[in-house]
Amino acid sequence: METTFTPYASLGGGVLIGLASVMLMATLGRIFGATGIVAGLLQPSSSSDWSWRALLLLGMISGPLAVMAITGEMPAVQVPISTTMLVIGGFIVGIGVTLGSGCTSGHGVCGMARLSTRSITATTTFMIFTAITVYVIRHVIGA
Amino acid sequence: MRMLSTYLIGLIFGVGISISGMANPAKVLNFFDFAGTWDPSLIFVMGGALIVTFIGYRFVLKRSAPFFGGHFILPSRNDLDAQLIGGSALFGIGWGIAGFCPGGALPALGTAKPEVFIFIAALLAGIYAAKFIQTTLANRTIGATQ
Repeated sequence: METTFTPYASLGGGVLIGLASVMLMATLGRIFGATGIVAGLLQPSSSSDWSWRALLLLGMISGPLAVMAITGEMPAVQVPISTTMLVIGGFIVGIGVTLGSGCTSGHGVCGMARLSTRSITATTTFMIFTAITVYVIRHVIGA
Repeated sequence: MRMLSTYLIGLIFGVGISISGMANPAKVLNFFDFAGTWDPSLIFVMGGALIVTFIGYRFVLKRSAPFFGGHFILPSRNDLDAQLIGGSALFGIGWGIAGFCPGGALPALGTAKPEVFIFIAALLAGIYAAKFIQTTLANRTIGATQ
């Protein structure tokens, strides 16, 4: 499935993601990691620990609705794979981000911006493995 | 004030993810498909987010404490271990299969697309499975040393 190259929208989106990460550090002193937010909601250590994550998640979910309100169009979510693959992929992502203690937001943005050795290693590793996986699925197996 | 601010920060992140294309698996998978339908958009997402965060953190972390009190909670570990690298490799494989990462999928819940709920359910199952494995391994190590 072809997708359109969107440099301006993607840059703008990236800047907003960066702003949110800086603002969360400035106000609550926390890393903006999607993995940590979900994991913390599942196993909170206190109720105040739970509430900021829940509010953040509520805000995140409102994102597409705000875009819909402004542009009149819901952001595109196109899933070019089967439900079985989606479930398998999701399960592996869940195991991976828990063992690797982070994902694209925590390691890829916040950790890399702090020049953390662990985050740079993690981000390089998952980027390489994602590219290999996409290559194998699309060009070796030919799905 | 603190609650409103946290909600708005989530909203800014959610809008950013929505317009960047990170919530769209077709776009994410094409970014990694150099040999096929390559779409370089995601370089701009990573680039924009990294530059802003890199500069912003420099100013923020110079302060003595966060605006709403407490202290900055930053990971202090510097060692590389098998869990970090193996976990990141697994995340990469899963991301390459599904095209959703947690940060892209959570805001995408707002579109109410059934695929997003399926991915999130599988993601949560994976997180629980990994936590169960971690706890079991930790208990076994404690048992072995006693």
